[in-house]
Amino acid sequence: MDLSVNIGHLKLKNPVMTASGTFGYGEEYSEFIDLNMLGAVVVKGISLKPMEGNPPPRICETPCGMLNAIGLQNVGLKKFLKEKLPYLRRFDIKVIVNILGNNTNEYIRLSKSLDDTGVDGIELNVSCPNVKKGGIMFGTDKKALARLISKVRQSVQRAVLITKLSPNVSSIQEFSKVAEDSGSDAVSLINTIQGMAIDIETRKPKLANITGGLSGPAIKPIAIRMVWEASKAVKIPIIGMGGIMNAEDAIEFMLAGATAVAVGTANFTNPRATIEIIEGIEAYIRKKGMNSPQEITKGLGAT
Amino acid sequence: MSRYFKAKIISNLPLNSKNNLFTIKPLEPVIDPEPGQFYMIEPVNSYDPLLKRPFSFFRRTPEGIQFLYTIKGRGTSLMSKLEKGQVISLIGPLGNGYPKPEDGYIPLLVAGGIGIASLSPLAEALTKKTYVFYGARSKDELLILDELKELTDKLFICTDDGSMGEKGMVVDILNDFLTFHFSLLTSYVIYACGPQPMLEALSKIALEKKIKGYVSVEENMACGVGACQGCVVKVGSQKKKHSKLRTPNFELVFKRVCKEGPVFPIEEIVW
Ligand SMILES: Cc1cc2nc3c(=O)[nH]c(=O)nc-3n(C[C@H](O)[C@H](O)[C@H](O)COP(=O)(O)OP(=O)(O)OC[C@H]3O[C@@H](n4cnc5c(N)ncnc54)[C@H](O)[C@@H]3O)c2cc1C
Ligand SMILES: Cc1cc2nc3c(=O)[nH]c(=O)nc-3n(C[C@H](O)[C@H](O)[C@H](O)COP(=O)(O)O)c2cc1C
Ligand code: FES
Repeated sequence: MDLSVNIGHLKLKNPVMTASGTFGYGEEYSEFIDLNMLGAVVVKGISLKPMEGNPPPRICETPCGMLNAIGLQNVGLKKFLKEKLPYLRRFDIKVIVNILGNNTNEYIRLSKSLDDTGVDGIELNVSCPNVKKGGIMFGTDKKALARLISKVRQSVQRAVLITKLSPNVSSIQEFSKVAEDSGSDAVSLINTIQGMAIDIETRKPKLANITGGLSGPAIKPIAIRMVWEASKAVKIPIIGMGGIMNAEDAIEFMLAGATAVAVGTANFTNPRATIEIIEGIEAYIRKKGMNSPQEITKGLGAT
Repeated sequence: MSRYFKAKIISNLPLNSKNNLFTIKPLEPVIDPEPGQFYMIEPVNSYDPLLKRPFSFFRRTPEGIQFLYTIKGRGTSLMSKLEKGQVISLIGPLGNGYPKPEDGYIPLLVAGGIGIASLSPLAEALTKKTYVFYGARSKDELLILDELKELTDKLFICTDDGSMGEKGMVVDILNDFLTFHFSLLTSYVIYACGPQPMLEALSKIALEKKIKGYVSVEENMACGVGACQGCVVKVGSQKKKHSKLRTPNFELVFKRVCKEGPVFPIEEIVW
């Protein structure tokens, strides 16, 4: 069955991709699944210079989820292009690069270099809750976001431009609309929700960074609601994520209005989650007598 | 052969009120583990708790793979209720494992508490003369003593409360031993696994006495395979005192316990 979907001018084999930061640069999971089968691989957030990230402990488990404050540890643009991208290029797979800058100029330089090397997509991370500068500064200020996207838009010619929105805002419709109006080809949501946990024995926060981003099944209802709201506000495709553990969850996101989905935390508990989700979506389409994933996306019985 | 596999529980045997011996039989061909490597094990198939937990490879038997675990929090207490015949999923073997001692070195294995689970297969694999130092809170928390006696040339036992062996901390016992055998210091290589304060105290001694060695460290994990960057520990930074011992050009400030570890050269870790 043809499971392909379009994100802007980018055609994906199927609607299932990996969520940035949960799949490394693809290598770590290539022994568990055939990467060629994925709709796309979205790699860990890349910055111009390598970043060392936050001190440990960086993660802790919470009910039906986990908090992380990795702080965007990454190899930096140069090493990514030299060592990590060539590895992914060995596969017949769409590569989307999540990027983070301290200021508009850095976002432009990153997206230009990446566009020049021919990556398939660029995902603007304007929603990382765990780094002090950049990122969320743009993601929670409509004017700053509009300026950033329009500037980056000018330097991106070939790649599809995706804006990853923060759930840590009061109105996701408004931010989705800003992304669409400023030239984004698609929006992805949600990034993690800011949270905190305390060890009552030591009376210390469980994360060295004190706060972190919540992911996993715990955030799914919030993510579904936000995808649904965004889908009413914009015409560009939505990539939905947040607590997708299996095909049923992915289908729920598509019913809420997502054209494609990304799988994050589920990779940790089941390294084959993405593949099982693709199979499950196909089975659902068959069972419902549909012909394509697009039919799911259009199918919510609510007004 | 995949490192993500399902396995049937053969037994989940309480050894005392806090520790269980867990035996599983993989339902498909699996990769052979090395001493010091670990597995991510799901305590129950549910979203709460969500994540798999890391446990050291303890032993291979004709029946399968064994683990020794301490019932600590929610996950391990749910794990202790798993029954024979149930099927769970695991990822492993993971991590680097203990490097083999170079020729001419005498291995000193230092275990605190459940740390013995990780060092016992090393004792079993080493063909040369080995010394094992093993400390626990009290007599009934000392595990697999009979097996250890068979595996080692000399077993030093201690407990915090003195209920068996010497009274005191395992690092103190090791220190006494080293002080007594000072002429041989350079021919020892330490392998240690245990609670963090123990490893930290031990590292100090090893660095002071210039003894080579390795520690197996712990950090919270999510993926176990190197993808999330969640399990890092701090390694050699410029500020540290014993900089002579370290190779120059340490590029990384953080290393992943699940990938570059869990076993690190003693001088690398910044406590
Ligand atoms: C490489 C490695 C090997 C280990 N081998 C063994 C072993 O052989 N036997 C054994 O009894 N224990 C071992 N541990 C420790 C064991 O993983 C923890 O005791 C266990 O995860 C506690 O889970 P819990 O749900 O009972 O505790 P909770 O405190 O409820 O756990 C909450 C979260 O914190 C994590 N966590 C808590 N303590 C630790 C810890 N010390 N290390 C890593 N994560 C932790 C849990 O995995 C879970 O995600 C090992 C740890 C590591 C890193
Ligand atoms: C460990 C970890 C690291 C992450 N790193 C990034 C990142 O670098 N860039 C980004 O845009 N999102 C990052 N995220 C957010 C995920 O891509 C995703 O939006 C979020 O986790 C929700 O999906 P999930 O519940 O399926 O994990 C990270 C999430 C986790 C758990
Ligand atoms: S646990 Fe994910 S990188 Fe180590």
